[in-house]
Amino acid sequence: MNPIFKSHEKDLMRIEADQVCVDYNGTVALYDASLNLKAGSICGLVGMNGAGKSTFFKALMGFVRPSRGKIRINGIKVNQAQKEQSVAYVPQNEGIDYSFPVSVWDVVMMGRYGAMNILRIPRESDRRAVVHALERVDLLDLRERPIGSLSGGQRKRAFLARAIAQRASVLLLDEPFSGVDVPTEKLMSELFLQFRQEGHTILISTHDLNHVRDFCDFVVLINKTVLAYGETSEVFTSENLNKTFGGIPPNPLSGPTSSKDFVNE
Amino acid sequence: MSEFLISITPIDWLLDPLTHDFMRRALMVSALVGGVCGLLSCYMTLKGWALMGDAVSHAVMPGVVVAYALGLPFSLGAFVFGVGSVALIGFVKQKSRIKEDTVIGLVFTGFFALGLVLVSKIKSNIDLMQILFGSPLGISRSDVNQTLIISFIVISILLIFRKDLMLYCFDAKHARSIGINTGILHYLLLTLLSLSAVVGLQTVGIILVVAMLITPGATAYLLTDRFDQMTLLAVISSSFSSILGVYISYWSDIETGGSIVLVQTLIFLIAFLFAPRYGIFKNQTFINKN
Repeated sequence: MNPIFKSHEKDLMRIEADQVCVDYNGTVALYDASLNLKAGSICGLVGMNGAGKSTFFKALMGFVRPSRGKIRINGIKVNQAQKEQSVAYVPQNEGIDYSFPVSVWDVVMMGRYGAMNILRIPRESDRRAVVHALERVDLLDLRERPIGSLSGGQRKRAFLARAIAQRASVLLLDEPFSGVDVPTEKLMSELFLQFRQEGHTILISTHDLNHVRDFCDFVVLINKTVLAYGETSEVFTSENLNKTFGGIPPNPLSGPTSSKDFVNE
Repeated sequence: MSEFLISITPIDWLLDPLTHDFMRRALMVSALVGGVCGLLSCYMTLKGWALMGDAVSHAVMPGVVVAYALGLPFSLGAFVFGVGSVALIGFVKQKSRIKEDTVIGLVFTGFFALGLVLVSKIKSNIDLMQILFGSPLGISRSDVNQTLIISFIVISILLIFRKDLMLYCFDAKHARSIGINTGILHYLLLTLLSLSAVVGLQTVGIILVVAMLITPGATAYLLTDRFDQMTLLAVISSSFSSILGVYISYWSDIETGGSIVLVQTLIFLIAFLFAPRYGIFKNQTFINKN
C-alpha cells in the first residue's frame, strides 16, 4: 500500500460546493446546494430519483455548468482538478456497453490515460498501478477476460479498480451497491474504509440507507436542494428522512433497503 | 465468357489484370480505401453510428456536384457538405423536440435530393452514375492523388487518437472525468467519417459507401473480444474485399462497387454463421475452453 497523500493534506477541503444551482432550459434541477467535505471522509448522497442527486454529481464532475454558485475540488476548479487526475468517477453498471471488445486489463488501464502522453502508451509505472489496483479488488486473475464475461459484482469491481489506478483523491460513486453480490459488497465496504484511512474523500450516491448508516461519516439529504447535511448520526432522523422522501415515512430503525420502497410509491 | 474463365489458370487470373495501368490503379486505390474505411468502421459500429455514416455519405452529394461544376477538387466540396450535414443535424436536434434518428433521416435525404436536383440543373459533364455507384476502374490520376492525401490524413489521425477515440466510444463520461475534451473527439470522429465517406465514394459510390463504413467493423466485432484485433481484422477483411471485388468485376464484367460490397457482405455472412464465439454455429468446445 503506498500512501499517496501527505499528512498535512488531511485538513484540506477536498470538495467545496457553495450555493450551487443547476437548471436545464429553465427548469430548476438543483438550487442552493452547498457541501464541504474534507480529506479522509465518506459521505452519502441520499435522495429519491429525480431529486437532483445525479445533477449534483454531474455538477461536481463538471458535466453540467452551474447557473449559480461555485464548486472547488482540492481548492481548484473542477476542470483543472480533472486534468490533475484528482477526481475519479465510478459509473452505474447500466451506463456501460458490456459487449465492447475490451479486457478487464484494458478497462483498468483507462484509469491511467490522463497521466499518459497523447498516444496513451503505458509505461512500467502505469502497468504497476493497474496490477496494484486489480489486486485490491481481487480481479488480477481475471485480467485477460473480456469485460462482458464478468458478473455484475466483478464488473463493479473492475470499474472501482479503474478509479484506484487513476490515483484520484476524490472518488464519486454512483449507486455502487446496486446489483452486486455479497462478497463484492463486503470487499467494497472494506476498500472504502481503507480509502478513508489513506486520505481519500468518497461521495456515494445511493438509495440504500443501511449502507449509509454503516460507514458514511456524513450524509447529504437531497430534494432539489440540500435538505440536511452533517454527521450521519445527527442527520439521520425520521423527520429529515420524511422530508427527503416526500412524506413517505421510512422506518428510521430498520430502514427501507431499496429504492423501490419509496420510489414506486 | 465462361469457356474463357475455364481456360485460364489461377496465376493468369491474378496477374493478367495487373498488366493494365487502370487496373493497377484501381486495385491500389480500392485496397487503400478499403483499409481506411475498414479502420474507421470499428469506431462506427462500436459507437452505434451506422445511420450517421449513411447520412454523411449521402449528404456529400451536392458538394460533389458543386465542386465538379466549379472545377474544384471534388473531395473539398464533399467534405464541406459532409461536415455541414453533421453540423445541421446537431443544430436541428438541439433546437427542436424531434428525435435524433428522425433528424438524421430528414437532413440527409434533403441534402441528397438537393444533389440530384443540382445534377439535373447544372449542365456539365458530371456522370450521375459515377457519383452514385463509383468507378474505381476509371479513376483519374488527380483523383488518385486526392485519395492518397485524404487516406494519409485519416489513417494518421486514427493512429494518433486511437486510444482516446476508443475510450470515447466505450465510456465518454470517464473520458471527460479525466480531463479529455470529448467535444473535440466527437467532432473529430465526425470529420473522419466525412473524409472516409469522400474516399469511399470513389470506389463504391455514394449509395454503397455506408457498407464500407460498417460491414468490416461488424464482421470483425463477431470475431474477437480485443479492440486492437478488431481493427486489424476489419482492415484486412475490408482491403481483401476491395481487391477481390475489383478482380471479380474485371473478369465477370460486373459493376465494381456492387461487387466489392457483395464480397464484404459474404465475409460478414461467414462470420455471422461460423464465428468461433459469436457465430450461429459457434464452436462449443471453444466456448467451454474459455
